[in-house]
Amino acid sequence: MSKATNQLLASILVNSVYEMRNYPVVLLNTVLSPFSFLLIITLASRGALFGEAIEGGLVMTMFSAGTSLQADLSHLKNDFKLQDVVVATPTSAFVYVSGMTLSELIYASPALVLLSALFVVYVHTTLLGLAAIVGVMMLMFLSSVSLGFLLATISSDIVQSYAFSRLFTTLFSTIPPVYYPITYIPLPFRYLAYLSPTTYASEIAQNAAGLLSQSELDLALAWLILAATTAVFFVITVKKSRWRDR
Amino acid sequence: MGSGELVCDGIVKRFSNGKVALSSVSFATPTSGIFTLIGRNGAGKTTLTRILATLLEPNSGRASINGLDVMSDANELRHRIAVVPQEGRTVSWMTPRQTISSYLMWRGVGYSESMKLADVAIRRVGIDAYGMKMNSTLSGGIKRKVLVAMALASDADIIFLDEPTTGLDPISRKQLWNVLTDLGKERFVFLTTHYLEEAEAVSDRIGILNDGRLLSIGTTQELRSRLKYRYALRIPGTGVDLPPFEGEKFTRRDGETQVMTTEEDAAKLSRELVNRKVAFSMNPVDLDDIFYYIVTEDERSKEARPL
Repeated sequence: MSKATNQLLASILVNSVYEMRNYPVVLLNTVLSPFSFLLIITLASRGALFGEAIEGGLVMTMFSAGTSLQADLSHLKNDFKLQDVVVATPTSAFVYVSGMTLSELIYASPALVLLSALFVVYVHTTLLGLAAIVGVMMLMFLSSVSLGFLLATISSDIVQSYAFSRLFTTLFSTIPPVYYPITYIPLPFRYLAYLSPTTYASEIAQNAAGLLSQSELDLALAWLILAATTAVFFVITVKKSRWRDR
Repeated sequence: MGSGELVCDGIVKRFSNGKVALSSVSFATPTSGIFTLIGRNGAGKTTLTRILATLLEPNSGRASINGLDVMSDANELRHRIAVVPQEGRTVSWMTPRQTISSYLMWRGVGYSESMKLADVAIRRVGIDAYGMKMNSTLSGGIKRKVLVAMALASDADIIFLDEPTTGLDPISRKQLWNVLTDLGKERFVFLTTHYLEEAEAVSDRIGILNDGRLLSIGTTQELRSRLKYRYALRIPGTGVDLPPFEGEKFTRRDGETQVMTTEEDAAKLSRELVNRKVAFSMNPVDLDDIFYYIVTEDERSKEARPL
């Protein structure tokens, strides 16, 4: 294996595999959060919003995986001084963060596998629809990862880091209409939901699964806003985040 | 084994809050054996270590290690250095073996090879019994040894250890000294500490840093030879009345009165103190005395400087 692969693997082992292997109970955490919302929405709607709730679970899991990166990077950097140890090795910032990013996906994999299984059984879509849902999930993940890395490099305290992580998860995936259609929100407040990129992601996913009917213009606009948000987060992160301190 | 030099030329570090951590630090030292930077808390030891270990950018000045600039050649330098940061901790959900192996993988070593090297390093620092235990269950001394073993297991020939023994009990600290002494035989170790006893026990060369400035550098012998007076008497308390003698009398930060004087006057003063039945200690100046003398002189000269 190449040196970069070993370096990538080191980040994955440290941030997910060893934790999951040495403390299997943490696996429950990744599953509980999206499934608790799924259960509540399904019960409250008497099963009518089961499909939306499954898709919401997928979007939330991907977004939470990204924001978890921020908390994990900050924890490793501020509490264990691990980032100092790694900066002074041949590992580059890109490889370190890529490994940490993949580790978040591995950490989220139990929830993703279960939600995907439910999706295949209960929500039917075309191949194109499936591609759209996967694309949306990847954009969601990339934007939350970018935001996460930026905040991790500028936060100096773990309490602050966890506060950010929880705040973003709530603001972007719990309050917005991720688990249910936007029409459930009373009109004056509906516009506020459009401040969150997860709203667009959910609408695209719900449209792709036939759970919502969007005009072509609305759909194109949703993709555009989602891609632009992700690009903005990514560019700010590349420009502002720090590997060597100043 | 490094055979070059570590050179700092006018390193200045000013943080965004305005605090000047380093003001024009310049020195050179061979990159072999153990070089120890001593100084009080806040003297600038960690800041200088972080700059040299490519973790922090200086505001101005240049530094190089074996000809590699810490700024422009950082990527190349990072193949040759290993760092154990101040307050560095072992990741709680891993074992020492996993900790060392992962570090080696970040250095580019494959998984199987890294596990073998981790086992060797664990044996070398004498923590074989703990290799497979969770870091969260280990004592502070063992955790510190794991971090040092991490650097030891690597192929780095320049190792930065920032206060590796802080907070350890005296026995654990002395065990770690043995590890450091062995490490210093093979590689260049850049150590920081505020334990003067530790610096004297393990170092080949010592730098004294105070308030962001390097006040003196050399072997303990060289530092001692720069002092005019070679004997030290320490007397508990501050109001000690002594007969006239050649030398210096000052109050240490620990509240003791310290006298630095000639061999002849040290004998004269000790006879006087014995006659008066005053408790005291007398010895040729050690690093403790040198440090207190140099730092006190520096602070006196700062106070005397016009504002």
